[in-house]
Amino acid sequence: MNYVALKMLFGDRAKYLMLLCGLTFAVMLIVQQGSIFWGLMMWSQASITNLNVPIWVTDPGIAQVDEVKPIADTAVDRVRSVDGVEWAVPLYKGLLRARLANGEYHQITLTGLESATLIGRPAEVLEGRFEDILQPDAVVLDQWAVERMGGPTVIKVGTIFELNDKLARVVAIAKTQKSFTNIPVVYTTYERAIRYVPHERRTLSYVLAKAKDAIPVEDVIQRIQTQTGLGAFTAEEFGWKTILWVLKNTGIGINFGTTILLGFIVGMAIAGQTFYLFTVENLRQFGALKAMGASTLTLARMILLQAFTVGLTGYGVGIGLATVFGYLTASGGSLPFVETWQLLLLVLVALLTIASFQPQLVS
Amino acid sequence: MTTDSQPAAVRAHSVVKAFGTGDTKVTVLKGIDLEVYLGELLLLVGESGGGKTTLLSAIAGILDIDEGHIDVLGVPLSTLPPGKRTTFRGQTMGFIYQQFNLLPALTAAENVAVPLLIQRIRRPEALRRARMMLDRVGLVDRTEFVPKNLSGGQQQRVAIARALVNEPRLLVCDEPTAALDGANGQKIMELLREVGRSPDRCVIVVTHDSRIFHFGDRMANLTDGRIVNIERIQQEGTA
Ligand SMILES: Nc1ncnc2c1ncn2[C@@H]1O[C@H](COP(=O)(O)OP(=O)(O)OP(=O)(O)O)[C@@H](O)[C@H]1O
Ligand SMILES: [Mg+2]
Repeated sequence: MNYVALKMLFGDRAKYLMLLCGLTFAVMLIVQQGSIFWGLMMWSQASITNLNVPIWVTDPGIAQVDEVKPIADTAVDRVRSVDGVEWAVPLYKGLLRARLANGEYHQITLTGLESATLIGRPAEVLEGRFEDILQPDAVVLDQWAVERMGGPTVIKVGTIFELNDKLARVVAIAKTQKSFTNIPVVYTTYERAIRYVPHERRTLSYVLAKAKDAIPVEDVIQRIQTQTGLGAFTAEEFGWKTILWVLKNTGIGINFGTTILLGFIVGMAIAGQTFYLFTVENLRQFGALKAMGASTLTLARMILLQAFTVGLTGYGVGIGLATVFGYLTASGGSLPFVETWQLLLLVLVALLTIASFQPQLVS
Repeated sequence: MTTDSQPAAVRAHSVVKAFGTGDTKVTVLKGIDLEVYLGELLLLVGESGGGKTTLLSAIAGILDIDEGHIDVLGVPLSTLPPGKRTTFRGQTMGFIYQQFNLLPALTAAENVAVPLLIQRIRRPEALRRARMMLDRVGLVDRTEFVPKNLSGGQQQRVAIARALVNEPRLLVCDEPTAALDGANGQKIMELLREVGRSPDRCVIVVTHDSRIFHFGDRMANLTDGRIVNIERIQQEGTA
């Protein structure tokens, strides 16, 4: 009877396409909105992921990565002395004003990396050599800095500008994940960073660290917390902390959250409605089959087969379209779009759940 | 030979069936007593809206009755749980609807094969038998047509072939010749009479068509929810 079920499904080409369109649209809507949302969230923790280090040591009261709470300079040594720490390096991160030769001012995030190791440097360099950052007055920009500060005609490798009245010379352009605030990132060494900034009592923003391979990260984090009294997180934990902070404290959580929830509900309603109409239209045929001796179980299996077939097809096409959309709009990284398998799985489960309710219509 | 001495294929006793409730309640069957015997073709006639289709549905076990009981081939329908009843129907009954209820997406042959597929007969074998059956109703050249490309009469013949294909012992037909011209109607009725004459099978035919009355063995008249009259039909040449 599977044959009969599939023929019923595909027999009316126009109806089948309508059905498929409805489901495709529903899946696309949900995946697209969910992915944009998740992309935004990834942006909000870009300052963490861009540095790609395993452990972040922070002020114990830290709320999120972009709201720096400086800690005592001695923290680096104290973290290094914790058993199980393989290395620990200082990181400076702060907002500064840059003045270009054309007189324009731009707010930038100055990121100071420890000069000996350059731990936290971006993985990919688009132009120049990152190591040249060790030269006098040298800085490295990320590609968003170039974009925000006027494009490659205004600022490129070799350009000189001022940071707090001190000279900075661009030696390389690095590729980073766009961040939420989209404030240009300027890299320099830790030592030089604290010379750029106005004198402050504390200049150390974070300590970046790594646990020894043999020792579980969680244990080391625990030890850092108890022995130094500082906050310590894995990059992932700190990322989540930041995401949750953004969700709670900016309009994004509630606004975007409502939008994707609505998208999800609308999408699922469309899917449910589409399935429902199809099954109801076929009720008469199922009635005839039942009169010819087809058991309820057989009919249920037929309907499930139909719903799953068209559901999975719509799922595939919907995800395909959403991905193409994401690829087109997010190529170059200017729009957030991150498709996660969790979202895809959720949509699949929701869709199949709705499909599974269809057989109840015949009984 | 008296049909009265034949074993009963259908025995309906004091069957009552109403639709709706309260003010809109209509009692359609008001106490039906009817016996149909193996080896006969019974014609069921009566005014439109008199309850003929309702009675057929009750006999086929598609419709639950309010009072009375119905035995089919010795099995009291009401004692069967719904699942068993469905299986029983699939194995022993064929049903030709007033509306043909063909599956629009399936070809004529596939439509006819459906009852066999339900009985888990493999598709090639089911289709082979379906084509043979279509040949017998005169549609051998239309086996691969979908219903919308068949005339009303052709659709009706597909429905008849479908009802006959699994060789049901009890065949119930609701106006099987309504959409057929005289010649085709005669052909179908000959087929149905052949089924009815087999000693362990029986056919009930609802009809308004006086041109086919002579194919019946007996005629029951259902008027206003009651069987008002049952008479034996004089066969041509045997009168
Ligand atoms: N499902 C239903 N719900 C309510 N009333 C019904 C239902 N089915 C049939 N009826 C009513 O029962 C009565 C008998 O219907 P039925 O179809 O049995 O008549 P019939 O003798 O077959 O008529 P016809 O010769 O026109 O086919 C009609 O008045 C009809 O309105
Ligand atoms: Mg009727």
